[in-house]
Amino acid sequence: MIEQLLQVQTDSPEVAWSLIAPLVTLALGGILLITISSLIPSLKDNWFPAAFTAGTAAAAMVFVVDIWDRVSSTGPEFVVANSMSVDQYTVFVTGVICISVFLVSLLFHGYLQREGFSGPEWYVLILMSASGGVLLASAEDLIVTFIGLEILSIAVYVLASLHLRRGESQEAGFKYFLLGALSSALFLYGIALTYGATGSTRLTGISQSGLNERGLSPAVDSSMILVAMALLMVGFAFKVSAVPFHLWTPDVYEGSPSPVVAFMASAVKVAGFAGMLRVFFVGFGPYVEDWRPLLQGLAIASLVVGSLLAIAQSNVKRMLAYSSITHAGFILIGIYAAADPESRSNGGVLGAEAFLFYLLAYTIMVAGTFGVITLIGRRDDGRHSLDDYRGLFKSNPVLAVLMSALLFAQAGIPFTSGFLAKFRVIAAAAQSEAYVLAGVAMLASVVAAVLYLRIVVSMFLVDSPAEADEPDALPSGLSAFPLAGVTAVAIAVVATIALGVLPFGQEILTDAAEAMSAMR
Amino acid sequence: MYLNQFLIFSAILFCIGVYGVLVRKNGVLVLMSIELILNAVNINLVAFGTFHGQAAGQVFALFVIAVAAAEVGVGLAIVLLIYRNRRSIDVSEADLLKG
Amino acid sequence: MSAFLRDYLIVILFALLACGVVGGFIGLGAIFRPNRPTAGKVQNYESGVDPVGDGWSQSQIRYYIFALLFVMFDVEAVFIFPWATQLETFGYFGLVEMVIFIFILALGLVYAWRKGVLRWV
Repeated sequence: MIEQLLQVQTDSPEVAWSLIAPLVTLALGGILLITISSLIPSLKDNWFPAAFTAGTAAAAMVFVVDIWDRVSSTGPEFVVANSMSVDQYTVFVTGVICISVFLVSLLFHGYLQREGFSGPEWYVLILMSASGGVLLASAEDLIVTFIGLEILSIAVYVLASLHLRRGESQEAGFKYFLLGALSSALFLYGIALTYGATGSTRLTGISQSGLNERGLSPAVDSSMILVAMALLMVGFAFKVSAVPFHLWTPDVYEGSPSPVVAFMASAVKVAGFAGMLRVFFVGFGPYVEDWRPLLQGLAIASLVVGSLLAIAQSNVKRMLAYSSITHAGFILIGIYAAADPESRSNGGVLGAEAFLFYLLAYTIMVAGTFGVITLIGRRDDGRHSLDDYRGLFKSNPVLAVLMSALLFAQAGIPFTSGFLAKFRVIAAAAQSEAYVLAGVAMLASVVAAVLYLRIVVSMFLVDSPAEADEPDALPSGLSAFPLAGVTAVAIAVVATIALGVLPFGQEILTDAAEAMSAMR
Repeated sequence: MYLNQFLIFSAILFCIGVYGVLVRKNGVLVLMSIELILNAVNINLVAFGTFHGQAAGQVFALFVIAVAAAEVGVGLAIVLLIYRNRRSIDVSEADLLKG
Repeated sequence: MSAFLRDYLIVILFALLACGVVGGFIGLGAIFRPNRPTAGKVQNYESGVDPVGDGWSQSQIRYYIFALLFVMFDVEAVFIFPWATQLETFGYFGLVEMVIFIFILALGLVYAWRKGVLRWV
């Protein structure tokens, strides 16, 4: 009896804490922050929550670097009862999410002071959402994928509607919530069908279930798994706002608080793409011929709709919402090229590199762009129409130049990271002989450039319609803006230009891309 | 074991839920329709779990229940905020954001 | 017919029988009793007190927070039941894990308490 008990106790699950340290840091950081600041209320109103969040992101980043070295030597590691996989791909995506959290937490401080909100909730939700994103990117089991997706989303639903004075904010939150809940319900139905068809929720189990022919295996009844894949794709396409699941994007981006949009457009999208890629590469690798055309359709629709509808907008946040849809199209092309079953050695890795580089470059530039928008917006997060940006160069030359650099990067002008990102994606598409996609992508980037140029031109127009004595007018000089926010924007601009000019980090990209190609 | 009955039942529930989300104007009723979809998924999961003779399906259903509670909590809170601001929870009246 | 469906046949028969008995007695009563409706008789029954307002009156919003908190913590209990059935399998590992789980939930309660939503206003 006693021997039996000892026997049982020894096979309790092993948890490799050191390998999931970034995830634990982000989640624990959120829990600690809310506990500390609810027990010591005096900490709520000063710089403490912002500094704590930025520090947590930096600490997670330290772990990311450490784990990268470890995983490089050992290869992919499976942790927590094989339900999560830590490889270079996971670690890279985790790093990108941490960068996003760092930049956004710097933006939040000045924003909350200007809007007169206090409290650690904003920061806690950011940290929680980021931990969900990391979980989503590393999930090796559909249960974990679902939980990651929900942690990622639910926190952002709250963040979107947290500007209590603005009706628009609540409306944006409600729209995001309704469509998000519907899409995750569809996603869940897809998971249930997958489980029914294959008898496993583990991604490797799903991909291998085609081999056995017992009962309801997909080898016998493949229609169920096709429906399941379609439903899963809908869920992810909604998260990354790919056309035709983009309808919420402009409304939510316009209504939500600006720094929240910076997070939504960067970390949430990155996590969505990362989860999509892992589920479809690892779980549905054998069905690549079935889901790859879906990606192509989504990519073309996103590129065309995103770049064309952006031109008709007059609100800068809405414009950038459509531009983020176009970017989603580019990233989908990267996945499409990476999934090329023919050139698994060459075009596949090229596509994977393009995908990862695009994620990194896009995160930094979109966080910076919405950072400038956060700084420029006046009280109650208003003044985001194109007219409000007229004459920005006259009143705030530095801010206007920073914004122009970020917009040029989004347009894909050479010597910025945006150019290299688009170039890599189109080259990878051409390499895997998707000439139609490459052509559409080039046309879309030309059309989308018009949008960014419209904003830049209006910033450099001299005649500023805003009177100087208007109480709401933008202060001139950088010192009037919160230091942390300006720092975040400056970091984003420097990183955007550095990534575009200096060719460093190629071996990191190659390693992560090879880990990605090895998943299939 | 009769798998088909459960799958058909859950598909019917799912369709009712989707219909409710698309057609209902009252915010709270839309939330209830989403709950209906999630419960359809739960029935599917448990039925498949029993069919495959595994516990995974039921475990997954427990997680879905917990997540659904969190989701509905957040959804109701947002509906409440909208009600405080505008005295209405009609979804079709939410039209501040257009473009 | 299979054994599975035959089990349900009994349920259906029982349900029909129940409906029949209740319907039969009410029907019998309707045949014999006198029928003289007055305003007092058709009122809603509210424990003997005259009913106030209509059936769609809105309940106080302050119940909402308590209901929400209750639902949250109630649903989390769903994870404790399966754990309790397997307590001996996992030994101290399982115990520590559950203590951590409940501790994190308790931190949520601490937040609610410091936020002041537990006070009845």
